[in-house]
Amino acid sequence: MTALAYNSLHHASPQAADQIFLIVQHWIVSHAPAGLQSLLAILLSVVAIVGGFGLLFAITTILERKGLGRIQNRYGPNRVGFFGSLQPIADAIKSLTKEDIVPQTADKLVHLLAPILLVLAAFSVYAVLPVGRNMVLVNLDAGVLFFFAIGSVTEVAVFMAGWSSRNKYSLLGAMRAIAQMISYEVPLILSSLTVIMATGSLSTVTIVEKQAGFSRILPHWFLFTPWGFAGFVLFMIAATAESNRSPFDLPEGESEIIAGYYIEYSGFKFALFFLGEYLGMFAISGLAITLFLGGWNAPLPFLTWVPSYLWFFAKLLTLIVAFIWVRGTLPRLRMDQLMNFAWKFMLPMALLNLITAAVWHFMPSGPVRWLVSIVLVVVPYTLLGRNQMHKSHLEKRVYRFAE
Amino acid sequence: MLGEGIAKGLIETARNFLGSYVNKDRLTTVQYPEQRLPQAEATRDFPFLVYDGEDWQAGLRCVGCQICEKECPPKCIFIEKSTDKKPDAVGKPQFYPAVFNIDISVCMSCQICVEVCPFDAIKMDTAFELSTVDRFGGLLWDKARLAKPNQHYHHVHPTEAAEVDGRLAEERAKADAKAKAAAEAKTSAPPPAAPPAAPPANSGVSSTS
Repeated sequence: MTALAYNSLHHASPQAADQIFLIVQHWIVSHAPAGLQSLLAILLSVVAIVGGFGLLFAITTILERKGLGRIQNRYGPNRVGFFGSLQPIADAIKSLTKEDIVPQTADKLVHLLAPILLVLAAFSVYAVLPVGRNMVLVNLDAGVLFFFAIGSVTEVAVFMAGWSSRNKYSLLGAMRAIAQMISYEVPLILSSLTVIMATGSLSTVTIVEKQAGFSRILPHWFLFTPWGFAGFVLFMIAATAESNRSPFDLPEGESEIIAGYYIEYSGFKFALFFLGEYLGMFAISGLAITLFLGGWNAPLPFLTWVPSYLWFFAKLLTLIVAFIWVRGTLPRLRMDQLMNFAWKFMLPMALLNLITAAVWHFMPSGPVRWLVSIVLVVVPYTLLGRNQMHKSHLEKRVYRFAE
Repeated sequence: MLGEGIAKGLIETARNFLGSYVNKDRLTTVQYPEQRLPQAEATRDFPFLVYDGEDWQAGLRCVGCQICEKECPPKCIFIEKSTDKKPDAVGKPQFYPAVFNIDISVCMSCQICVEVCPFDAIKMDTAFELSTVDRFGGLLWDKARLAKPNQHYHHVHPTEAAEVDGRLAEERAKADAKAKAAAEAKTSAPPPAAPPAAPPANSGVSSTS
């Protein structure tokens, strides 16, 4: 399929810009001996993914520190390089040269394997993410299933880290992480199920293709349907919890359990955890883009000449900025709030959203369909939300003994 | 409705984010090594030993009474008292500290040594950029490093130093007057029935040391 794309597309210049990476890959591969060509093609794609998203990780760390600083009326890092732009390089050198301390009583092998497994799992899921037209490593028929299956491996890695460190805080953090990730995986998968219902396919490439095209200027993204919007919001909330980011960063709550499951990690292993966490965030944002935001499709019909991968990364950066914004705004939840929210709000909303998607699918298109779907989303939201709000009513605390 | 508060919070942080690029008053950070805020007059960091006159060894006010060493909560002061006496700044023979060390890695800047010193010999300094590559010798300060002139005290804490100087001058004048009166009484008449009511403050304390 890619060879065909190469032959048909490298004449016209916008298409050439769109397929530039594929053209370069084909050119490099064509110089290799015939037996090694397919292997080399895969290796090149892997290198591109690791390099590209590794670079994005570096950019995100500086963006996040600068952004959080500005939200708190600080400058953020501004010493290394031009306005602190070389800070990620300084951080990398620091983490590479720091001493690697392993606790004496730790399970050394598991302690070593945990960060490696986390990063491996985080990188593996990129195999099914279409980052541009024809730019996907493997077009699996069960791509979304693969994504969630490999994504769950991070939970194992987190628990390995927490358990092998033989530290009460790391174990507490790991327990919290497991409880949180399993709880939020349910609404995460249920909310993405609506898209699979709509497209009838688990392949990420097919899902993106189904969202191509425009009605006048409105793109056919699933975000612009009532169930898609609700699904996207639910998906992003669950994704925040899944990637352990604020306000769902209980597993690593600095003020209670210091750093949670990676408390006993230092130097490069700590950097690997950091990398794995951010890669997980990018991957799940990438899946949100694929499922709800039309993948690499342009948002407006007259912008289709812009290369597809640029759209993907523009959307990814937007979601990253949203993650940073939320992190700078919300305080950490309490464990009971976290669980209540997952099981009493997210889960019913995700289940009702499946019904909404079904209703949308079977009703004839028109304003009535919109009205019914919107009612099906808004009414449960309001009722469940009121229930949540009611539960959080606070009373003035009365001290009986301490005065 | 659920989510209202979150939306409000997001707007607030966005306002802070954008405001910090527009309004420079929002950014209160002082870029420290290049920019410095003036220190408050009551700033205190680590103690130093005050000396009068030009020569620090002759002018040191400390008489090695070891009160500060005993009172120091973290026990960061180490004093070895001399066996002989040397004339102090006004020429009166006094003991002096043969060794006076402060371990500033232990010192907690509580100023108790300053409060208990009867001779105004130890005061708090304002220097704070004291990092060193030698964590033992570089942080154990001896007499030579601790001794600083009275002018330095006037420089870092002007109000306090003026008050201390005034009090010392007053006490010295009182002691001089009393000594003169005693000398006159000794020469002119036989000793009176009642001795002076109270000994002068200076000599009273030095007798305990």
